[in-house]
Amino acid sequence: MKRKLLVLVAATGAVLASLAFFRHGGGRGRERVDLYFADGSMVSLSEGADAERLLALARTALAAAR
Amino acid sequence: MEAAQALADLTEISTQIQAAALFRADGSLEAATVADGTRLVESAQALLAAADGVRAEPLVQLEVATAGGSVFVVREGERLVAALTGPEPTVGLVFYDLKSCLRASAETAEAEKPKRAPKRKPKEEGDGEA
Repeated sequence: MKRKLLVLVAATGAVLASLAFFRHGGGRGRERVDLYFADGSMVSLSEGADAERLLALARTALAAAR
Repeated sequence: MEAAQALADLTEISTQIQAAALFRADGSLEAATVADGTRLVESAQALLAAADGVRAEPLVQLEVATAGGSVFVVREGERLVAALTGPEPTVGLVFYDLKSCLRASAETAEAEKPKRAPKRKPKEEGDGEA
């Protein structure tokens, strides 16, 4: 009985973890801004005011073209 | 190669690119694959202006990836190219194709510039006089 309960808890945990993973894009296809500078450095923004502003501009550009 | 031809080659080579525009830093449009190229240029300039504030270092290229697609902008000197793709493009390949397009059109622009007439050597006084 105890073993069945453990298996059930583990399965529920696995399902919830998978849902969370896919809900956040699983690391792929996440919305982000990659900026490349003249000195060879790169900055990747996925959250914050700068990222939101740039993402909003990009969404507008994409929507306008379609 | 003309700007329009460079863009035509770009969209033929890269099937990921859905729309693109070649333009100058002052915002003047050279060529576009879409009817409303000016709007794409304005969007690209707005992105560059917003991104330029992130760091003091000059920005040379950017990608903004959204769930609906990506926007790319590449700058080389006074000339720029902006492009739109679908979601999850092959980023390195798109940047490579955009740079190639910029260089191909820049070479033509350079070749089409009127050449300066060679400077004449000033005549020395007393030349040819006895």
